[in-house]
Amino acid sequence: MGLPQAKLTATEARLASLAMPVQAGWTRPLREAALTRVQDLGLPGRRDEYWRFTRPDELISAAPVPAAVLPPAENATFEDIDRLRLVFVDGVFDPEASDDPALAGLEITRLAEAEAQDISWAADLYGVLETRGQSPVPRPLAALNTAFATDGVLIRATGKVEKPVNLVYRHCDETSDAILHHLIRVEPGADLTVLETGPAAARFNKVMEVDVADGGAFHHVRSQGRDHDRRAATHIFARLGEESIFKSFTLTMNGALTRNEVVIEMTGDNGTAHVAGACMGDGSFHHDDTVFITHDALNCESRQVFKKVLRKGATGVFQGKILVKAGAQKTDGYQISQSLLLDEEANFLAKPELEIYADDVACSHGSTSGAIDEDALFYLRSRGVPKAEAQDMMVLSFLAEAIEEIEAEAVRDEVVASLADWLERHRR
Amino acid sequence: MLEIKNLHASLEEEGKEILKGVNLTVEAGKVHAIMGPNGSGKSTLSYVLSGKGGYEVTDGSATLAGADLLAMEAEERAAAGLFLAFQYPVEIPGVGNMTFLRTAVNAQRKARGEEEMDAATFLKEVRAKAKDLKIDAEMLKRPVNMGFSGGEKKRNEILQMAMLEPKMCILDETDSGLDVDAMKLVADGVNALRAPDRGFLVITHYQRLLDHIVPDVVHIMAKGRIIKTGGPELALEVERNGYADILAEVA
Ligand SMILES: Nc1ncnc2c1ncn2[C@@H]1O[C@H](COP(=O)(O)OP(=O)(O)O)[C@@H](O)[C@H]1O
Ligand SMILES: [Mg+2]
Repeated sequence: MGLPQAKLTATEARLASLAMPVQAGWTRPLREAALTRVQDLGLPGRRDEYWRFTRPDELISAAPVPAAVLPPAENATFEDIDRLRLVFVDGVFDPEASDDPALAGLEITRLAEAEAQDISWAADLYGVLETRGQSPVPRPLAALNTAFATDGVLIRATGKVEKPVNLVYRHCDETSDAILHHLIRVEPGADLTVLETGPAAARFNKVMEVDVADGGAFHHVRSQGRDHDRRAATHIFARLGEESIFKSFTLTMNGALTRNEVVIEMTGDNGTAHVAGACMGDGSFHHDDTVFITHDALNCESRQVFKKVLRKGATGVFQGKILVKAGAQKTDGYQISQSLLLDEEANFLAKPELEIYADDVACSHGSTSGAIDEDALFYLRSRGVPKAEAQDMMVLSFLAEAIEEIEAEAVRDEVVASLADWLERHRR
Repeated sequence: MLEIKNLHASLEEEGKEILKGVNLTVEAGKVHAIMGPNGSGKSTLSYVLSGKGGYEVTDGSATLAGADLLAMEAEERAAAGLFLAFQYPVEIPGVGNMTFLRTAVNAQRKARGEEEMDAATFLKEVRAKAKDLKIDAEMLKRPVNMGFSGGEKKRNEILQMAMLEPKMCILDETDSGLDVDAMKLVADGVNALRAPDRGFLVITHYQRLLDHIVPDVVHIMAKGRIIKTGGPELALEVERNGYADILAEVA
C-alpha cells in the first residue's frame, strides 16, 4: 500500500535532508529498521487523524524555522538543586560543560560513543519501545528519530541514585536542528530522577525510551525553556514492570510549537504511572500533549493531569487515552485536562479517550475550559492584592493540581518559582 | 469614618435596582449593626462598598475617611483601610494561606508607601493572632480556606482582619453557621480590635451575635433601604417580634 502523494513527497524531502550518523556499530541495523518504518508510515500530515489539532508542517520540513537565541535565564530552573549536569549544545554533548558522570548507582554513556561498546541492555532497548509504541497509533517522528539521532545518553540505574541527573539543553545556533535519543534502564529496586531543562535547538526532536524493571522508580521533571521560539516534537516511551513507579511532569512556558507524546505500557502488576503537565502560553503558542497509557496488567494505577493557561491567541491541545486490555482487572485510571482561558482569543482542543476491555476497573476522565473565577479574584483583591498579582495567584492556583504531581519538594518549589518569575515578567 | 449617602446600585446585567437610597454614617470608634430580612440588600451593600464587579452605582456616594470609595479599585479600597469579612469566604486551591496573607499585608503597605513586613515578624504576628483565635498552625499551611469548616473559615476572616488592621471593618453574617463557642471566639477577636480610630459595620440576621459584640447603633434594612435606626434595644425588639411590626410601621 503506497502513501498518498503529498505525504510521500514530504517524507522524501525530509529524508533527503538527513544522513545516518553511523556506518557500523550496533545501532546501525536498528536505525535501518527505523528508516523502513518511516518510509512505510510516512511523516505526519495535516490530514492524519492523530494530527487533527496540530499542524506538523514545521516539524517535518526539510529545514527548521530559525529561532532567535535568547540569553540564558538569570536563575535557571533547578539551579539550586544538587544535581549531575549533562550538557548538550544544539543537540551535541558537551563534556567540558558537563559534570563528571561518575555517580554511585549509575552508568552513563554517550550515545555517540556507545556504538563501539557492547552494552547489551541498550541493544535490547534502542528503538524497541518506540517500535512497540507505533501501534495502534503511528508515531513516525519517533521512528525518524531512532533512525537519525546524532547523540543522546544511555543511563542505567542500578540502585538508589542520590542526585538527579539533569539533561541541560542549550541553544546557541539560530538554525540548529537537533535529534537526540536517550535510553534509560532502571534496574529492579533502583530509583532515578531525571531533570530536563532548556530549549535545546531551533528545532528539537527527542525520544526517550525508559525501561523500568520490577520495583524500580523513575521520576522525570522537565522545563522546556522559557519564551524560546522553538519547535519541538518529543516522545517518551516507557515500559513498566511489576510494582514499578513512573512519574513525569512537564513545565512549559511558551515556545512556538511543541508536541509532547508520552506512551506508557504497564506490563507488570501493581504499577503506577503518573503523567502531568503545567503549561503557560502567551501569544503565538501551540502546545500539544498527546498521551497514551496501556494497562496490560492487574491492579495498576495511572493518572494524567494536564493544565494549560492560555492567552492572546495561544492554543493548547490535549489528546489523552487510557487503554485497558482484557484481563487488566482492578485498573485505576484517571485523566483530567483543563484549560484556563484568559481571553477570548485563546483556544483549547481536547480529545479524551477511554477504551476498556476489562470489566472490573475504575476509570474516569474529564476535560474543562474556563475563565478565571471572578469571586476568587475579588476575594484576593479585597485583601489588597493588586489585580495583576491576584490574577497570577489564580493562575498558580489553577496549575497547582498538576504541579503537586511532582514528588520532590525542592524540585516542586523550583518549578513554582520559575513559573512565578515568568508570570511576573509577563505582567501587564 | 464611613459615610454613605443616598446610595443606589443595580445589578449590571439585569439592571435590577437592589440598593435604593442607603444613608448611613459609621463614626470612628463605633460599632453599627445592620439587621434585616433575607434579600434586603445587606450583602449587596457590603460588595458595592468593597468594589466587587457586577454592580452599577447609579446615584449617591460612599466615602472612607473622606476618600471617595466608589472611584477606587477593590485593592485600593483595601489599602485605604476597608475590610470585608465575607459571608461566604472563597476557597482557593494551590495558594497557601500564609503566602496569600503576607502578599496582602505587604501589598497594602506598599500601596500606602510603608515599609514591607519582613518574613520573621510576619510569622510571629500571625502565629500569635492565630493562637488567640484557636487556629492551629496546620491550618495556616493549607491553601486558602481549603478543607476549612464553616467556623474555621469565619475565624480565618477575623485573622486576616487582625493582620491587615483596617480602619473600617464590615462583617457580613460572620455569625452564620457558627456554634456558640465559635461565635464567642469570633466576637472576642472582633472586640479585641475595637479601637477609637476604627469603625465596625456588623451585618447579622440574628440578635445573638450582638450579645457578644455590643453595638452602639442598630439599623434595620429592608428592600434596599435603611428603614429604622435605634440603639441596641432595637435588636432585642427584632429578636422578640421579628421584622413584621417594623416593616408594617414604616409601610
Ligand atoms: N449577583 C446577583 N444576581 C442576581 N440577584 C442578585 C445578585 N446579588 C443580589 N441579588 C438579589 O439582590 C437582593 C439582595 O440580595 P443580598 O444583598 O444578598 O441580600 P441580603 O444579604 O440582605 O440577604 C436579593 O433579591 C438577591 O436575590
Ligand atoms: Mg447576605
